[in-house]
Amino acid sequence: MYQLNKVDKTFPGVHALKAVDFTIGRGEIVGLVGENGAGKSTLMKVIYGAYQPDGGNVTIDGKTVRFANPRQAMDHGIGMVFQEQSLIPNLTVMENIYLGFEQQFVRFGVIDWKKMAAAASAQLAKVKLSIDPSMTTANLSFAQRQLVELAKVLTLEERIDGDLVILLDEPTSVLAREEVELLFSLVRELTSRASFIFVSHRMDEVLELSDRIYVMKDGAVVDVVAQADAKVENIQHKMVGRDVDKEYYREQKQKPYDPSQVLASFENVTVTSSFKDLSFELHPGEVLCLVGTEGSGREAVLRTVFGLEKPTSGTVEVKGSPYGKANARTAVERGVGYVPRERKVEGIVNGMNVYENMTLSQMGKYSTGGILRIGEERALAEKWVERLAIKTPNVYKDCGGLSGGNQQKVVLAKWRSGGSDIILLDHPTRGLDIGAKEDVYDMVREMCDDGVGIILVADTLEEAIGLSHTILVLKDGEFQKRFDGTPGDKPSLFDLVHHMI
Amino acid sequence: MDGILNRDTLLKWAPLIVLLVLILFFSVMEPRFFSVRNFARIAIASAPALMVALGVTFIIIMGSIDLSMEGTVSVCAVVFAKLFILMGATMASWAWLALPMALIVGAAIGFVNGYVHVKLKIPSFMASLAMGFVGTGLAMVLTGGDRIRIEDELFRGLLTTRWFGFPIMVYVALAFLLIGWFIQSKTKLGRNFYAVGGGEELAHGSGLNVNRVRIMGFMLAGVFFAVGALLAVGRIGLAETATGNNFMFLSITAVVVGGTALWGGIGGVWNTLVGVLIVFVIGNGMVVIGLPGYIQDGVLGILVILAVILSTDRRAISFVK
Repeated sequence: MYQLNKVDKTFPGVHALKAVDFTIGRGEIVGLVGENGAGKSTLMKVIYGAYQPDGGNVTIDGKTVRFANPRQAMDHGIGMVFQEQSLIPNLTVMENIYLGFEQQFVRFGVIDWKKMAAAASAQLAKVKLSIDPSMTTANLSFAQRQLVELAKVLTLEERIDGDLVILLDEPTSVLAREEVELLFSLVRELTSRASFIFVSHRMDEVLELSDRIYVMKDGAVVDVVAQADAKVENIQHKMVGRDVDKEYYREQKQKPYDPSQVLASFENVTVTSSFKDLSFELHPGEVLCLVGTEGSGREAVLRTVFGLEKPTSGTVEVKGSPYGKANARTAVERGVGYVPRERKVEGIVNGMNVYENMTLSQMGKYSTGGILRIGEERALAEKWVERLAIKTPNVYKDCGGLSGGNQQKVVLAKWRSGGSDIILLDHPTRGLDIGAKEDVYDMVREMCDDGVGIILVADTLEEAIGLSHTILVLKDGEFQKRFDGTPGDKPSLFDLVHHMI
Repeated sequence: MDGILNRDTLLKWAPLIVLLVLILFFSVMEPRFFSVRNFARIAIASAPALMVALGVTFIIIMGSIDLSMEGTVSVCAVVFAKLFILMGATMASWAWLALPMALIVGAAIGFVNGYVHVKLKIPSFMASLAMGFVGTGLAMVLTGGDRIRIEDELFRGLLTTRWFGFPIMVYVALAFLLIGWFIQSKTKLGRNFYAVGGGEELAHGSGLNVNRVRIMGFMLAGVFFAVGALLAVGRIGLAETATGNNFMFLSITAVVVGGTALWGGIGGVWNTLVGVLIVFVIGNGMVVIGLPGYIQDGVLGILVILAVILSTDRRAISFVK
């Protein structure tokens, strides 16, 4: 019996877990659902020891435990099956399985590879995978890697005496239907020894596999449903938590766009291995939202508009003509601005101050013969700091020290001040608190009023529905359906989900 | 928050504090250390190394590294000396043209470094290290192993003419330091170095031609190496294959000790000035107080490790390669 009692976790500016109670009994399969940002991954990290809770406690069979790191959690029988990316591709399967636990095969300082291979084969047999354990991991299919991950965690069976708790993080996201079936029957068999926590975006799968389902929202568990009473719609309603708030997404400020002009257009565009045969037009004042699961090709579309990907076939036109060569520079010159998902990595340069970040894409305009006119840069930055209410003591402040919301504003100011009128937003509100989110929504509406066309990959479906004029649903790189998002006649969450999965 | 601020402030000023403490230490140990004569000696010794270190500073800010300095300095020195002798052997004739020619040679070597690094996608340390060896070999071919003496009074004036106790070459170095500072803080190119070092992906995503910035950076470094070569020739009055010896260790040590981060984006020319002075104050001071010279390298090595330990926020980095 593994229990979390009133577990709390806070990060600077975010209350990620709010007094979460969580119980998992022997042999139980528990589902965990919630939107992006609801706190699922934080909760998992607390469970497998990557994060330490700030409040509350963790007990196993009534005894309080505290894990300083995942290794200690493993020693208590808690294992995490990561998504397939977490195996080290250049090592062999057996090396991956016993990574960090090679000592048992060492004789006189030398690893007995035969013994390790035999042990690894036994582990692979548990997941019914018949591959050579000395194969290089990079040569495995995604499904096979997922099973190797599971086999790796199952080595706990031999190492630990008590019960096991195994976390499955989106294990089915890369699997085909038959492979999912196989995985599920495997998990059910293994409940004789272990209990499972199953995290997935695919609601039907969660319902199928789990005995009980925890529903999370905004860092708290809002409901626990038994499988018998579970209905997809009810759960989704609880995940969202409220009817979509029209005020929140500034729907009253949504104005019709101008269909007579075209800023950018796709005509039967295919980018190999990302998406195919996609057509759309972006008009001034329009918010066009791309909806789909992770890996449906949404980001690749943004990258193509920005010239980072070259279309394999079809025509991409931006401001009336295609790019000669795939090139972000040309895109910037034509007024395309890209606000990427990972602000820390791709959005702002850490160590550069506010005005330096703002003029990064347009230094040509603020320099003569290569010498910068810093006074003008500062004036520009001061203007935008005021206009977007960026909270910074002054424009000399290192952008890395600003809060997420304010960093986001600096990025937007960078593009807007440079006159960009096609803005690509990739998860613009990820990791922001409610107030900062609302600021971003306001900015989206303001940009539309100025005749900017926006292509959005939203953080949540509600956000997509609330903000957009047009929604395109993608699934595995294929276009599914176009929805019109006129206020008062917006599609519902269920309409979209139906086409996504 | 206060803790972080203090740490940052401390880190920012740590190299200067170290320098002052060193000066104080050696002055107390040996009063003769603290004299204009001795400071001039330190300044003369550091001037060529400062130029080389400034060049490599820009590259390190970009997050790359240039190890071609020894070869580049040798080639520039030898080419300069050959041309200078060929065209009249005195500054009063057309031979002065050998000065800008040397800078062009430096830029050309830098261009090749950058081009090989960017276009053939070879890591900068490897591309430049290889070019450095090519340079050393080339210098040997050009001189045939001989030393080329420069005896022109005017050129030697770099060392022999003194203003306020310091020879002209120190003022030349100072002028190039100011040029370096100007490039770093007032030009597009300088800003671009920081952008590339702080976030290359983002710089690319903001429409910067990152490859061009890199090549320009290596060319600029080449020019500064060439200035270093000229000062080195001015100091000892001859050019040979060995003119470039020892610059690699000295300059990288100086940049790191000065507080410029090896992973790019942080630091600048003032850090490098302080770093160079620390290195040469230690070298000079140890001689003045009578310690054997060979201990210097050991002390400098330890200093480099200390500097990196101090400047790395190890909480933020779990693995290093």
